[in-house]
Amino acid sequence: MLEIKNLHASVEGEAILKGINLEIKPGEVHAIMGPNGSGKSTLASVIAGNEDFEVTDGDIIFERANISELAPEERAHRGIFLSFQYPVEIPGVSVTNFIKTSINQVRKAQGLKDMPANEMLKKIREKAAMLEMDRKFLSRSLNEGFSGGEKKRNEIFQMAMLEPKLAILDETDSGLDIDALKVVANGVNKLKSKDNAVLLITHYQRLLDYIVPDVVHVLMDGRIVKTGDKQLAKELEERGYDWIKEEQAAKV
Amino acid sequence: MDLKEKLISSFFAFEEQIDLENDIHQLRNNAIKFFENKGFPTKKEEAWKYTSLKSILKDDYSIFPKKEETIEYRDIKKYCIHEIDTYQIVFVDGIYASHLSNTTHDKFDACLMSSALNNPKYKSIIDTYFNKIAPEESLTALNTAFSKEGAFIRVPKSVAAEKPVQILHFSTGNESALMLQPRNLIVVEENAQIQVIERHQSLTANAVLTNSVTEIFVEKNAMMDYYKIQNDKISSSLIDHTHVKQESNSHCSVHTFSLGGKLTRNNLNFYQHGEHINSVLNGVTILEGKQHVDHNTLVHHTQPNCESHQDYKGVFSDRSTGVFNGKVLVDKIAQKTDAFQSNNNILLDDKASINSKPQLEIFADDVKCSHGCTIGQLDQEALYYLRSRGIPLKEAKALMMFAFANKVLTGVKIPEIKNRITKQIALKIGVHLGFDL
Repeated sequence: MLEIKNLHASVEGEAILKGINLEIKPGEVHAIMGPNGSGKSTLASVIAGNEDFEVTDGDIIFERANISELAPEERAHRGIFLSFQYPVEIPGVSVTNFIKTSINQVRKAQGLKDMPANEMLKKIREKAAMLEMDRKFLSRSLNEGFSGGEKKRNEIFQMAMLEPKLAILDETDSGLDIDALKVVANGVNKLKSKDNAVLLITHYQRLLDYIVPDVVHVLMDGRIVKTGDKQLAKELEERGYDWIKEEQAAKV
Repeated sequence: MDLKEKLISSFFAFEEQIDLENDIHQLRNNAIKFFENKGFPTKKEEAWKYTSLKSILKDDYSIFPKKEETIEYRDIKKYCIHEIDTYQIVFVDGIYASHLSNTTHDKFDACLMSSALNNPKYKSIIDTYFNKIAPEESLTALNTAFSKEGAFIRVPKSVAAEKPVQILHFSTGNESALMLQPRNLIVVEENAQIQVIERHQSLTANAVLTNSVTEIFVEKNAMMDYYKIQNDKISSSLIDHTHVKQESNSHCSVHTFSLGGKLTRNNLNFYQHGEHINSVLNGVTILEGKQHVDHNTLVHHTQPNCESHQDYKGVFSDRSTGVFNGKVLVDKIAQKTDAFQSNNNILLDDKASINSKPQLEIFADDVKCSHGCTIGQLDQEALYYLRSRGIPLKEAKALMMFAFANKVLTGVKIPEIKNRITKQIALKIGVHLGFDL
């Protein structure tokens, strides 16, 4: 589904990603862990098409097409979704109007007609209920005055509405208490199928207790330095990252 | 002959058309002398620093247009708020068009300035209110000198007008260039209520310059909402002077939607003359090309315990220019004043510009006065967020601009006006939105 080959990216001339190789198959859940500043969020942004980052080398292949040069909206149209670490507040646009616009723009790009209003409403209600969202949120301005947890829940609500093929969750667990974390994780698990994939970006093993990854990668200084199964996440939780640094140093 | 000379010499011709015995005549005489002394304002005056009238004064304007009777309702329908039932006072080339109008003397008066000025029935009202709050200023004086026609609205004590009144000025382009000077007077007596919609619209591409003066009196406990729809052709310019005097416990709002025209100057002054008054000044300005809009507002708080709320938002593209000059004056005795002023602008192009100048003069010591002014571009991070959800750049920008203007539109109490403005903004931005804000 997603294949990243030798990806290099920089921001304002500073290299952040220094040769990432990653392959995600349909039905898989991958987790990327790593210390602060290792490039985790940059990788998420680059896959989603954030133009603040410059891809200097390598390719991003999504469903056999090279998407490295595509605009963020075109990537969304193909089924890539990024749950933001810091969702942006947009006063004056309600959650409902935003998601309606989003869904219908994606449908338009796919050559489909607007979703009928009653179908849209039913889906909004269903997904909001699944995420235990207060109905009031739907008519509030997008993310404006939302708590950290509410913002994250709203991101997963959008994901549930858009039903992406590849969902990238950038630090979705940060700012969530344990109850909210369970609700959000439950939402993500319900959306999982053999045809879609999830890329989790996280600091902590905690989220991985609820959304169990098939593959865990460790990202350090812009490179994936270690790949393993869910046991690797547990090990990182217990031992931190220093032992991997030492391993790396030994290799050199 | 320049326009000033032409106007002064035309005044003598004008005197032949009017009743010289009328008390107003002396007022007109004084006014033309005042204008003769002062002339048109120039950029040397502080209040006109960022707006030059030069480009619009060079046309050879006709001052006394001929009556045009061929205009039919179908020619003007789209410019009227026809979705709802209203009274309509329609002028074509400055002359009242009875076949297009729907006026009333039932419960309240929505009729003509010319008849109010000449009818003995209205003499006491004219004596009490006419030209009482319009300041001594050259363009206002020019209007006073030639004031002859416009809308006269009087809502008697405890009457709530059941329908809004539309004041519509159309110009036909029969003259290659036309100058119009409408004069309106609106008196909302104690406990009375009314909504007014005003529009100046040219039907052709010939030059039009309108110098309009409106005096509004909102008496005790009265309510008034005024909507100014400014979406004229690029050949038309408007200099508007609207003066509002409010008494205790009254509410008055003026919403100005500036979406078109070549040059627009809005002088909007509120004078509060009692306690517990609420004044609202809202504006949405969306410009492109070389359009220019100048909002010059004044709120004068003269008594304690009053509120004023100003919210002006502007979006400027291409080489368009905007000016916001908002003055709030709080007298020493006007304690517990709550005055808010906000002016936010988005510049979409490098060559677009806005000059924003808040001016607060506060002489009372126990007041809540705040003001804020921002000038910026669309938030890039927010645009990326919208795009990452599949909303293309153009639609994302439109959504952001709507969101920006939306706050001002929430104060609009007539849904049909809100829908129209929303659609006009969408049209200007060139997108179709799948929902109403």
